[in-house]
Amino acid sequence: MKQDAAKSLRVFAAELAIYAVLVTAYFFLVLHVLGGWLYQLETKHRILYAVVAILLIAGQAVALDAVTTVLFRFLRRRWR
Amino acid sequence: MFFPISNSHINPLYLAIVGFVIGILGGFFGVGGSFIAGPALRLMGVDWNYAVGTDLAHIVGKSIVAARKHRTLGNVDLKLGMIMALGTIGGAEGGAQLIQALKHAGNVNIVVSWVAIPVYVGISMFMLWESHTTLKLNKGRPRKTVSNAKAAESKADHSAFEPITKKIQRMKIWPVISLPTSGIKEISLWTILAVALVGGFFSGFLGGGAGYIRMPSMVYVLGIPTHLAVGTDLFEIVISASYGTFTHAIKGNVDILIALVMHTGAVIGAQIGVVATQYFAGPKIRLAFVPLPLIGAAIVVYTLVTGHKL
Repeated sequence: MKQDAAKSLRVFAAELAIYAVLVTAYFFLVLHVLGGWLYQLETKHRILYAVVAILLIAGQAVALDAVTTVLFRFLRRRWR
Repeated sequence: MFFPISNSHINPLYLAIVGFVIGILGGFFGVGGSFIAGPALRLMGVDWNYAVGTDLAHIVGKSIVAARKHRTLGNVDLKLGMIMALGTIGGAEGGAQLIQALKHAGNVNIVVSWVAIPVYVGISMFMLWESHTTLKLNKGRPRKTVSNAKAAESKADHSAFEPITKKIQRMKIWPVISLPTSGIKEISLWTILAVALVGGFFSGFLGGGAGYIRMPSMVYVLGIPTHLAVGTDLFEIVISASYGTFTHAIKGNVDILIALVMHTGAVIGAQIGVVATQYFAGPKIRLAFVPLPLIGAAIVVYTLVTGHKL
C-alpha cells in the first residue's frame, strides 16, 4: 500500500516536472507570438476577439488535458 | 511577464499557482472558484472589470478539463446539464439587470454585500448541519456493495434533507421528465429550471459561477447524488461561463493571455480534484464544502469594513 502511494507520488512528481518544462516553453513561444496579435484584435475587432478567446481557452483545455493524460499513462507504464 | 491587453505585469508562476489551487477546488467541489481568482488578480493590480471577465474565461478552460474527467467517471448528466444551462443563462441576465438598476440607484455595493453575507453564511450553516446529521445517521446503516448496484445507485448518497427533496420531486407539474443518469425517475422540468434560474441569478448578481449555490441546490432540491452534482455542475459551468466570457470580451473585460497562463496550473489541479472525489463519500464532500461560502462571506465583510475592493 505504502509502496503504491510512493510510486503514485513519484509518477506525479515526474509528470509535474515534465509538464512544467512544456508549459514554460509554451509561455515563451506561443504566448509571446500570440500576444501582439491578440492585443490588436482586442482593440480593433472585439467580436472576433471574443470568439477567438473562447476557442483558445477551450482548445488549450483539450490539448493540455490530452498532454497530461498521455504523460501520466507513459510514466505509469515505465514505472510499473 | 507583461500582459498588454489589461496593461499589467504579473509573474506567470503566480498565475499558474493560483490556477492550480482553483483547479483543485473546481475538480473536487464543482465550483468556479471566482471568490479566490478575482481577489488574486486584484492583488496583482489587475482592474476589477478585467479580473471578473478573465476569471470567467479561465473558468471555461478549467471546467472543460474537470468535466471531461468527471464524464469518464460517469459523473455527468448531460441532459440535466443542458437544461440547467438554459435556466442559468436566463437567471444570470436577470441578476445582471438588477445590478444595472442598483448601479443607477447608486447603492449597488451596499445592497450586494448585505445580500451576499446571509446567503453565503446560510448555505454554510445549512450544509454543516445536513452533512453532520447525515454522517451520524450513516454510521448505523449497512454499507452497500458497489458491485450489486447500478452506476447511478452506487453514487447515490443519503441526506438528512431527503424527505423534503422527495416532496419536491413529487410535485408533478407538466412537463415531467426523467433523469436516468442521476437515478431520478420523474421530476418537473420547472423544478430544474427554477434551481438553475436561482443559481444563474446569484451568478449575475454576486459574480462568478455561483457553484456554491448551484451544487448544494442540485443535491438538496433536485436530489442529484453529490458526485453527479459536482460533475454536472462543471459541465453546466462550461456553457454558462462561455456565454459570460463572450459578453465580457465584447465589453473589453477579458485578458485571454492571463486566462491561458492561469489555466496551465488549473489543468493539473482540476485532475487532482476530480480523482480525489473518488475517495470521499457524498456527505464528506458536502462537509468539506462548508468553508467555501464562508470564505466568500469573509471577503465581503472585509470589503465592507475596510472599504477596499479585494
